[in-house]
Formats: sequence, C-alpha cells, structure tokens
Amino acid sequence: MELVCPAGTPAALRVAVEAGADAVYCGFNDETNARNFPGLNFNREELTAGIALAHRRGVKVLVAINTFPRAGAIDLWRRAVDDAVRAGADALILADVGLLDYARRTHPGQRLHVSVQAAAANADSIRFYVETFGVKRVVLPRVLSVPEIAAVTAESGCETEVFVFGGLCVMAEGRCSLSSYATGRSPNMQGACSPASHVNYREERGRMVSRLGEFTINSFAKDEPAAYPTLCKGRFETSQGVGYIFEDPTSLDAATMLPALKEAGVTALKIEGRQRGRAYIESVVQSFRQALTDLDAGLPIETARLAGLTEGQTTTVGAYRKTWR
Amino acid sequence: MMPPSKSTIAPVPALLSLAMRPLPLLPLQPALFFLLDRVVRRHPGLFARLGPHADKRFGIDPTDLPFAFVLEPRRLRPRLAAVRTLPDDLDVRISGPLGGLMGLIDGELDGDALFFSRDLQVEGDFEAVVALRNAIDDSQIDLIGEIRSLFGPLGRPVEEVLRNGLRRLRPVDPAGFGV
Repeated sequence: MELVCPAGTPAALRVAVEAGADAVYCGFNDETNARNFPGLNFNREELTAGIALAHRRGVKVLVAINTFPRAGAIDLWRRAVDDAVRAGADALILADVGLLDYARRTHPGQRLHVSVQAAAANADSIRFYVETFGVKRVVLPRVLSVPEIAAVTAESGCETEVFVFGGLCVMAEGRCSLSSYATGRSPNMQGACSPASHVNYREERGRMVSRLGEFTINSFAKDEPAAYPTLCKGRFETSQGVGYIFEDPTSLDAATMLPALKEAGVTALKIEGRQRGRAYIESVVQSFRQALTDLDAGLPIETARLAGLTEGQTTTVGAYRKTWR
Repeated sequence: MMPPSKSTIAPVPALLSLAMRPLPLLPLQPALFFLLDRVVRRHPGLFARLGPHADKRFGIDPTDLPFAFVLEPRRLRPRLAAVRTLPDDLDVRISGPLGGLMGLIDGELDGDALFFSRDLQVEGDFEAVVALRNAIDDSQIDLIGEIRSLFGPLGRPVEEVLRNGLRRLRPVDPAGFGV
C-alpha cells in the first residue's frame, strides 16, 4: 500500500520525503484547498521546486484543490488546476464536479483523485466519478467500517485511499456546516474549519476556555489535555449533563488496522496533518513506514507510540472497527 | 473527563533560574538585536508566511526563566527585547517552558502537540500565532547556531553548553510524550 503524507510547507515536504513517504499531498496558499491556514501552503515556485525535489527521490506529489469554487470566482480554482498540472503534479485531488469536468476536458492526461471533501461513500457514487471524469482514486470518508471499505472497493473497481492517522472528522465532509454556522467560514468554501481568525483561548478562574466566534466550545482543567475548538468536538451542557455530545477530542490511529485494510483492497494510506509541524510529519511518517515494512514482512504491527502528538492525547480506530451505532 | 495531559519537558533547574533573577537585562539587548538581525537576514521567507502578522507584537514568556521577550518581527527594524514582565498591549502571549519553546523554533517539537499537552499556552490573536508557528517551522532556524556566531572564537563551547542543556529539557520520546 502507498503511504500518502501531508506537507504544509516546503520544509515539511522535504521531511516527508526523507521520512519515507511514497507520495506527498499539498496545496496552494489560497482558498482553493481545505487547509487554508495563515502562513501555510505553497506558492507556485515553491510547488514546482517541491515536486522536482520529490520526483528526484522517486516520490509522487498530489495537489489538493479540494474546496468548492465560489460563484463568480471560478477562475481562481481553474488557475490552480492549470498551475498544478504545469508544475508536474502526479495527481490532482478534487471535490467539485465542475472542477473535475474542467480538469478532465482541459488536461485529459492528468490523473485525478476524488477528495474526501466529495463525501463519496458508496460504489454508485464512486462509479459516477470514474465513468464521468475518469478518476483513478477516491479518498474515502472516515465514517466507513473496514467491511464497508472492502465492499466499496470491490464494487466500484476504483482505487481507494483511506486515512490512517491524524485529525478525525466524523462529519459528511464537504457538507458539514458547523464551522460556517459559528464563523461564516468553512473548510468547504474558504478552506478552514474553525478558522484561527475566530479562535480564542483564555484563562478563566483557573481553567482554559476555548471559544469559536461567539460560542464557548470547551473549558479545560489545569492538567487536562487541550483540543482544537471545533463545534463537533465541543463539550456542552445539556439536560443529560456536561459532555462531548458529538465526538470526543481524539485522533485516528489505525496502525493496528493495516492488515485488515490491506485485505480490504485499499491502495493508499493517508496521514492527516498538513497544518502540523515538521516534528509531527517526521515521527508519524517514520512510524507508518516502519509499520508497512513490518506488514510486508509478515511481522505483527506494533501500536504506534504517537499519542503525544494527538488531539486530546488519545487515539481511536474510529469507524474502522465500528462497535457503536 | 479526559486523562491527565502528558508532558515530559523538564523546566530549567530552579536554582539556575534563581541565579539569573538579579542579572541586568540591558546587556542582553545588543545580543538580541544582532541575533534577530541575523535570523531575519538568513530567512527572508519568514515575512511572506507572516504576511500582515509581521506587524503584530508577540510576547514570549519562558515560564522557567525570570524574564520574557517581546518580538516585533516587522520587515523594517524588527525588534526583540528582554523584559521582566510582559506588557499589557501585546497582540499575542505565548508561554511555556524554555525547552518547549526552543523545540518549536528548531522544529524538534510540534506546536500543536505542545498545546494539546498544555506545555504551551497561547492567548490573544490566534491567527497571528498560527502564522508565526508556520513561518518558523518552514524556515528551519538554527537558533543555537546563530547564538554561536555571536560569540566568535568562544562560539563552539557556548554552543556545546547550550545544546547539552537543551537536550536535558527535551522529552526522550517527543511523539510518545512518555506514553
């Protein structure tokens, strides 16, 4: 299986390549990708240089252009497609059907992947992308169990890529409006879930309180692990008491699921975290490279010792081993 | 309730910190000026990533040292000053143990992970913090190497002392944080 690793900066790309990535994914420094964070991402020159460096090391570069174009501003997204192709991208990761259509017609030889932002979670949906736009791979949402992944992979006849580590979005990605509701900005349109411009952390009566826009998201005791201020992982007071009503602040770590994912016919394993630093990239990529080496050698996969890098400092295998309804 | 946060970043020894308390800060200022000047000249890409946040005022408080820093990373006449206590009129306050802050600068430690473990506290303009973190992480600044250059022929032993000292503050297993 191919190891697909994140890079938010040229330095992170170099680290990912050195650490054992088969492919690196990245995006331009604008709203055309779903990690449009301040100080992050690549300008045109950086992307061209990054792709050249990766190719010299036999590593592919996949360019995410996976937000949904704004009405009246389609040229920004089309330019991103054109420039990524010109820079030598091995594949484009797209979510919008209009942009997929543009890429197919304008650059017929370019390999296309369907982003997780498209929320393509069943064989019919994936076949539509394959037959209409000639896509070669779909990144599956993080809501399917391993048997469901195996079924979708077999029925669709398309390469599948699944997340194995990092932030765990449990929503129908590309369709979640929680961030937009709280801030007017979303990963789908502006490229940032819970954008930093609307985030605030403050000490109040010995607790750290996180806010997103006008919403209080959480309040952490002195020694309690902190988390991102996303509405879906907020701790709220309801008639049932105080708790995480949607999802705990925890991260995905599917290292122990690698044999099952291989058995399910998965082509590529994706590590989340383009917004993370070089230290995270190096540790996580090395760890999963070792896990894949062990898997190929028939050795047992050890649980990765990566909890210190994760949100909430706890990990889960998420929906891959679904024990809940 | 989640399990307690896990941090293995050691603080600067209290005795050493105490010994530094009476030292005057004024002699530090020229060194900080030259240090920032070198870093900015060698890493001009910092400004592109900082964007409009280069004009912000960042307070950096190593919680295990008896002084803090005010950083103004603007393009023209950037400024880094040592202060006894951080002023109120800052855009951002970043505080944490020296080992964590240095690990962020040299890329050995991940900023989000330090934040999750509560080693790093941030208050104020969060967008500016994210921009600064990304700008620094991409720049691959060797701060100890830059400090070494300030000491001329004495640079090598100074570098050795600093690197050894920092190594003692760092977690043995940064990814696992002792898990």
